Amino acid sequence: MSEFFTLSVLIATFASAVRLAVPYLLAALGETIGQRSGVLNLGVDGVMLLSAFGAYYTVIETGSHLLGIGVGLLIGLFMGVVYAVVTVHLHAKQGISGIGIFLFGLGFSDLLSQELVGAIQPIKKLPSLAKLPLVGGIFEPLEDIKYLGQLLFSHNLMTYVAFALVPTVTWMMNNTTFGLNIKAVGENPQAADSLGVSVGRTRFFAILIGNALAGLAGATLSLQLGVFQQNLTNGLGFIAVALVYFGAWRAKWVMAGAMLYGIVTATRLQWQARDIIPNSASDLAAMTPALITILALVLLAKRVRGPAALTKPFSRH
Amino acid sequence: MKTNRSRRFLTLLTALLALSMFAAACGGSDDTESATGTATSECGTNNAVVKGDKVTDKTVAVVAPSDSQDLAFTQSMIDSLTRLGIEPQVTDGTFQVEVAADAIRGYAEDGINVVIVHGTQYGGSLAEIAPDFPETSFIWGTSTSTQDIPNIFAYYPEAQQGGYVNGWIAGELADGGSIGVVGPVEAGDAVSYINGFRAGAEANGADVAVTYTGSFSDVALATEAAEAFLTVGVEVLTGTSQSAVGAVNVANENKIPWFGTQSNQEAWSTDQVVASQVYHWEVILDDMFEMIDEGTLGGEAMSLTLENGGLLVEINGCYNLDSDVLSGAGDIVDQIIAGDINPPA
Repeated sequence: MSEFFTLSVLIATFASAVRLAVPYLLAALGETIGQRSGVLNLGVDGVMLLSAFGAYYTVIETGSHLLGIGVGLLIGLFMGVVYAVVTVHLHAKQGISGIGIFLFGLGFSDLLSQELVGAIQPIKKLPSLAKLPLVGGIFEPLEDIKYLGQLLFSHNLMTYVAFALVPTVTWMMNNTTFGLNIKAVGENPQAADSLGVSVGRTRFFAILIGNALAGLAGATLSLQLGVFQQNLTNGLGFIAVALVYFGAWRAKWVMAGAMLYGIVTATRLQWQARDIIPNSASDLAAMTPALITILALVLLAKRVRGPAALTKPFSRH
Repeated sequence: MKTNRSRRFLTLLTALLALSMFAAACGGSDDTESATGTATSECGTNNAVVKGDKVTDKTVAVVAPSDSQDLAFTQSMIDSLTRLGIEPQVTDGTFQVEVAADAIRGYAEDGINVVIVHGTQYGGSLAEIAPDFPETSFIWGTSTSTQDIPNIFAYYPEAQQGGYVNGWIAGELADGGSIGVVGPVEAGDAVSYINGFRAGAEANGADVAVTYTGSFSDVALATEAAEAFLTVGVEVLTGTSQSAVGAVNVANENKIPWFGTQSNQEAWSTDQVVASQVYHWEVILDDMFEMIDEGTLGGEAMSLTLENGGLLVEINGCYNLDSDVLSGAGDIVDQIIAGDINPPA
């Protein structure tokens, strides 16, 4: 146990937690925006799968991670348009529509993978900042700083994008007209409508941003792992939806939830590697992150209230 | 298509050449026997599976949990059927047992003669479905039991045998250091492989640590489990299940030797995959199809072993393993076949 509490191992564990948390964080931030506008999207996992494959296949074909991320983002946007039309304009039930998007993403990403790629082939992972072309030289000395370098400067670009989005989303929700409109249509769409806010348009763009972030999450996942395979997300999108509740629809608490999930998972893997957790308890250990999240949700559920109009379609008539 | 055939022929030729070279390198009749359990590929050749002569006219379908091109559990079955000249109907990616059960029943209702139910977890559903279709033969694994149902054959790999050989070679490479094992769920052939691997590595003086991630398919967890082993300072990594590709990537990035199982995993890393225990299900499927053609639709359990050729440790020719290690591995195979070594399952 004592060897776990050395600086180098703790930092490695933290770095692992960050890698695990980033896809959750991106997807959960997107879902937060969508839910604040009153739209629940259970299709996050499906969007992530499609984007993960799109990004992976783009890198296979072009070798460009940046292009891969761009394609992941575009796929997210496209799926956002589909989901927005179905739920906002056609007033379909959000839960069922989301499950439909998930099943479509699960099946179609696998079909594309089998038809276009075939046997699983690893690709180059997203590089750390220090290994980026053009700007890598700036970050190289920073990454070499003992302990601090690994802690702060050894991550890939999407990690910094994800964490930078936390204050950005908070600021947008609290200080911009668009953000305030999102909150208004999520709480009381009738009142917002009577004040001249277009509920449909606001929800449409909130869904678009949410799905774009889910797309980025999927792209980050496959490029961070350097591989795509059937059901790569393994339910990650659904955990991201749960993290929104955990985070009480606030970006900083969503981040805290994603990091908690990452830290618990990374710690149990470190402990298993060091035989601190015996194999006989491995099943219990595997459940720990989910158990802690559920426990936190139970404790938080009584203290926080979600958007009042969540899952309720809006119609003037 | 023609190009593929030429390539397949070339692959077959090089594989045969590699086998004969290995046998010759071992020298003597005893060592030739050891080639039963190991084979070394020639560096730079692909591992395309050669389609064999069709062994049965029966229609065949496969229901499997993961992708048919996963370079692991499911692909091992598809490759084996290809070697038997059979092009099955496939329903893959059925993680959910209910979905698999629908597919199994659907194939039986459609009049498919033989349904291969490739997943231990489908056993409960199969026990309900098989009695409804007494004219259909169900081949189910991995399991040592036919559940006393007359139209079920069962199959199981004695994965601890190849695991022991892999572990022994890994122990040589680790040279007294430590080895990390990224396991999925503590069940089925994953446990057999890992137990065998541990015993083989420890017999060669290595320390072995095992992490069960709790998932057969979570690549992110397998990746981070392998990363955690790096902080322990492991010299060698191994793992099993379709999620193992994540751990192979970590091994590849950090220049750590990797040992695979179920299918040949050289395609994931030509440089770092040292050897793979490959399941050649065709060895027992051939017998099962013969019995089915003669009217026996089940009632027997068969296993893959090093002795019957169903398990083969395929060594990556690109890795340049020391010849002493190669011949040592051959000796280990001989001792397992002779019963002098009994790896724990």
